[in-house]
Amino acid sequence: MNFETIIGLEVHVELKTNSKIFSPSPNHFGAKPNENVNPIDLAYPGVLPQLNEEAINFAMKAAMALNCEIATHQRFDRKNYFYPDNPKAYQITQDAQPIGSNGWIDIEVDGKTKRIGITRIHMEEDAGKLIHSDDGYSLVDYNRAGTPLVEIVSEPDIRSPEEAYAYLEKLRNIIQFTGVSDVKMEEGSLRCDANISLRPIGQEKFGTKAELKNLNSFSFVQKGLEFEEKRQREVLLAGGEILQETRRYDEQTRETVLMRIKEGADDYRYFPEPDLMPLYIDEAWKERIRAEIPELPDARKKRYIEEYKLPAYDAMVLTSTKEMSDFFEATIEAEADIKQASNWLMGEVSAYMNKEQKDLSELALTPAGLAKMINLINDGTLSSKMAKKVFAELVENGGDPEKIIKEKGLVQISDEGQLTDIITKILDANEQSIEDFKNGKDRALGFLVGQVMKETKGQANPPMVNKILLAEMKKR
Amino acid sequence: MAKVTKDQVKKIADVARLDINEEETEVLVQQLSDMLSYADVLKDLDTEGVEPLYQVHEHTNVLRKDEPRQWITQDEALKNATIKKDGQFQVPSILE
Amino acid sequence: MSIFDYTLKEIQAKLHNKELTVTDLVAASYDQIDRVEEELKSFITLNKEAALAQAKQLDQETNDTNNPLFGIPVGIKDNVLTKGLKTTGASKMLSNFDDPLFDATVVEKLNDAKTVMIGKLNMDEFAMGSSTENSAFSTTHNPWNIDYVPGGSSGGSAAAVAGREVFFSLGSDTGGSIRGPSSYCGVVGMKPTYGLVSRFGVIAFASSLDQVGTITKTVEDNAHVLQAIAGQDPMDQTTVAVDVPNYQDTLKDGVKGLKIAVPKEFLAEGVSEEVKQSVLDALKVYEDLGATWEEVTLPHSKYAVAAYYIISSGEASANLARFDGIRYGHRSENATDMIDLFKKSRSEGFGAEVKRRIMFGTLTQSAGYYDDYYHKAQQARRLIKADFDQLFEKYDVVIGPTTPTTAFKIGEQIDDSLTMYANDLLTIPVNLAGVPAISIPSGFSAETGLPFGLQIIGKHFAEDTVFRTAYAFEQATDHHTKRPNLGGAK
Repeated sequence: MNFETIIGLEVHVELKTNSKIFSPSPNHFGAKPNENVNPIDLAYPGVLPQLNEEAINFAMKAAMALNCEIATHQRFDRKNYFYPDNPKAYQITQDAQPIGSNGWIDIEVDGKTKRIGITRIHMEEDAGKLIHSDDGYSLVDYNRAGTPLVEIVSEPDIRSPEEAYAYLEKLRNIIQFTGVSDVKMEEGSLRCDANISLRPIGQEKFGTKAELKNLNSFSFVQKGLEFEEKRQREVLLAGGEILQETRRYDEQTRETVLMRIKEGADDYRYFPEPDLMPLYIDEAWKERIRAEIPELPDARKKRYIEEYKLPAYDAMVLTSTKEMSDFFEATIEAEADIKQASNWLMGEVSAYMNKEQKDLSELALTPAGLAKMINLINDGTLSSKMAKKVFAELVENGGDPEKIIKEKGLVQISDEGQLTDIITKILDANEQSIEDFKNGKDRALGFLVGQVMKETKGQANPPMVNKILLAEMKKR
Repeated sequence: MAKVTKDQVKKIADVARLDINEEETEVLVQQLSDMLSYADVLKDLDTEGVEPLYQVHEHTNVLRKDEPRQWITQDEALKNATIKKDGQFQVPSILE
Repeated sequence: MSIFDYTLKEIQAKLHNKELTVTDLVAASYDQIDRVEEELKSFITLNKEAALAQAKQLDQETNDTNNPLFGIPVGIKDNVLTKGLKTTGASKMLSNFDDPLFDATVVEKLNDAKTVMIGKLNMDEFAMGSSTENSAFSTTHNPWNIDYVPGGSSGGSAAAVAGREVFFSLGSDTGGSIRGPSSYCGVVGMKPTYGLVSRFGVIAFASSLDQVGTITKTVEDNAHVLQAIAGQDPMDQTTVAVDVPNYQDTLKDGVKGLKIAVPKEFLAEGVSEEVKQSVLDALKVYEDLGATWEEVTLPHSKYAVAAYYIISSGEASANLARFDGIRYGHRSENATDMIDLFKKSRSEGFGAEVKRRIMFGTLTQSAGYYDDYYHKAQQARRLIKADFDQLFEKYDVVIGPTTPTTAFKIGEQIDDSLTMYANDLLTIPVNLAGVPAISIPSGFSAETGLPFGLQIIGKHFAEDTVFRTAYAFEQATDHHTKRPNLGGAK
């Protein structure tokens, strides 16, 4: 029997507002435990939530970028459950009236475009963090409690682990462009749970789904789904039954492991949050946010291909993050050649970022610096070899390429007279090589060029050295 | 007749994270049943087309500006906790 | 004449003339506490050392006669958070909550007005109850007869004012918890419009119903205190941006032409004959003062108690879920695992009434019950509010008794929660509608000598009209000048 795989993803994205969603505590990653908390985050008796306006703006921006309809009337609800990282024992969330619904994004798999629906996107607060230790205790840090989140729920439109991967990449790409989140899985600002079920091809009714948790990277999502797809197929083929399970992905064994079997739906006893007033998002507010959304990656990609005549691959890589794309455009703006700018960013710049594990914004390199360097290559001032040295300086310490060239004595010697003098001296000292060359030994030319480069510490303009060498040898 | 069963009372207690013994369970079966019976007066009320009123005022968009403010120190955050360690609150480990 | 018989304004004058010092006032409070506290048990925690030090400090300053609260000894219900001063909510759960880390907004406002905190007042545990018998620490007694309850849940707040232990107090009112005890103890108790006074720092019982209010000996004093604590608070987004009028400006304008509505449901079955008669007597006073009254109906009021218990218990079950023993509060030492820690801490920390309400609230919000109970109760609330809205289109105030009877005996109703809940029959509809209401002394039972309370209800944010109506009656009668006989124990 052949099966069709049905996947739906629930993605949580932390919004990078300055303060938390319901309290003025600072909202940033990396503080000491329980340093970014106040009595509101700790759910002290008597505290009340104070809704952060910017959290709504950010969530709306994300929802709009994902092509969602924005609800005019919204409210918050309490979702009740006990857990040590959930200080109020209820999470303030949007159950009945989510900020966005009926959205979609286009993904590309095997060169084909496919549209994946987004059921809903709602605002809620993050929980604290539990750190498990070996001594039989866990420790709770509430710094993260109250960080604004949006939960993005896809339609069950995804048909393979590969599509799931592409969906996540695209989602991250779009959200990253809106600037409302760092969307870094390694810092937890993007998290994903996956629902997966199989059904015989041709059957309309969905099979029983399993929920996968602890998926800490996009490739783990894909691998977890692949394992689960195989597991479910084997169970079904053996005549077994899939239970409604929550399963954890084990990064070591690369398998999914049963956490618990769900009996019916959880009853979270949602009810409207009486401590917050409802929202009324009028058209003017919606338009104000819509106007703040920058050009998104798909539009930019299209423009790079059509206007800049770049290959589709270049366009994709250059729009993989907003920083890269903005950097590229600024480099062109500074009058760099388009294709060369693209090559440098995709090549040396990306390689450096990978090697150093740094973001573009953390490099000393500026678009103006890169553009100037490219232009110095084009006018012959820099050889490509020398350019690498200049680049190494630019990327580490920044500065003006022309200055770097001077300080490092990197200027290419392109003066014909100066080069002729040097070459004459070298020819005088290597008569045997001239002889060899004339006898058809091409290697001799290479040797002579090498001697010139040695003499000039690599600064001689190579095409000119070639040209003058040939001319001078002819004379002898 | 009791409107809730012993099993229901036990389940609700579990959901509400309350430990109740047999005696308390019996008492609660009676009391919750009485309260539900009393609340059943609402069944006589015709609420067709009536919107629920969750809050007495119905104004909207009361919001806070996104300005961060440090309010208490880590020591204060932990001050009223009985058991703490390394700047964190200690709890029995979670059995998955 | 006792120092406690002066109004706040009179005290300010005497402080100004140096006839009195703040230290005199604070010492008078603690002297009276020494005399009567053994009988009343109004307080959970006293703040004597700090209060006397603060009094000394204030005596170095000159009072501003425009601030009626300067140097005034005050007691605060123990569900209102006070920085550095233990706050328990009268629950074992918070018996170790020594420093709540911050002041509730209302406490901040009183601090700004330079009142002196005498101590924290007893109440029913987490404000659930009508007798103060549900306190985990002690039962407060009625100053008029210590065999009787003071009412609840703000029983300590009402008893401390009636017993002259403080000059005024703050309470909280979710279904009658200020007005009930004020009626039973013969003092003036105001439950303001929902959203007029900040709830920030007040331990939540039912968030959509809770409101902090003021308990005083006179209407004029009450208006002064409410003036100081009212107003929008950014920390409580349910507070409303309204201009709070100066209540003193219209307080003494009289009630000539005032239109009074008297719901027949407020004088129906369950309301004792002498209480009914006290209301009719009061209406006669109003007629003599130039007001008119008509009998009206609040057709949905019979659904109010049921709707109230469903809504308040539902909200409470979520509000009290945060008490898990981890960050503050009672933590069980007998727990084996995480879930056990939650269950044991909560079961050891909460009293029976609190558990009962958590259970009822959890049940009626569960799948299969939500629609018939929680949702339906919220629909009933809309109809009840609409009843009031309609009356206020035609009438200025609604008047009735505060409680169906005078205070009952300690222990008399403790085992019968449904009867206990019926005590709040006449105050609950007011909270559901969110309107302001005051209870003022309106006479004494010939049988028991216990006070009656007259409830005056206004439309949203019409506290000025409520105060004016209350003041006219108070000045035309002498009920508020009567004082309980206390201190026999010493």
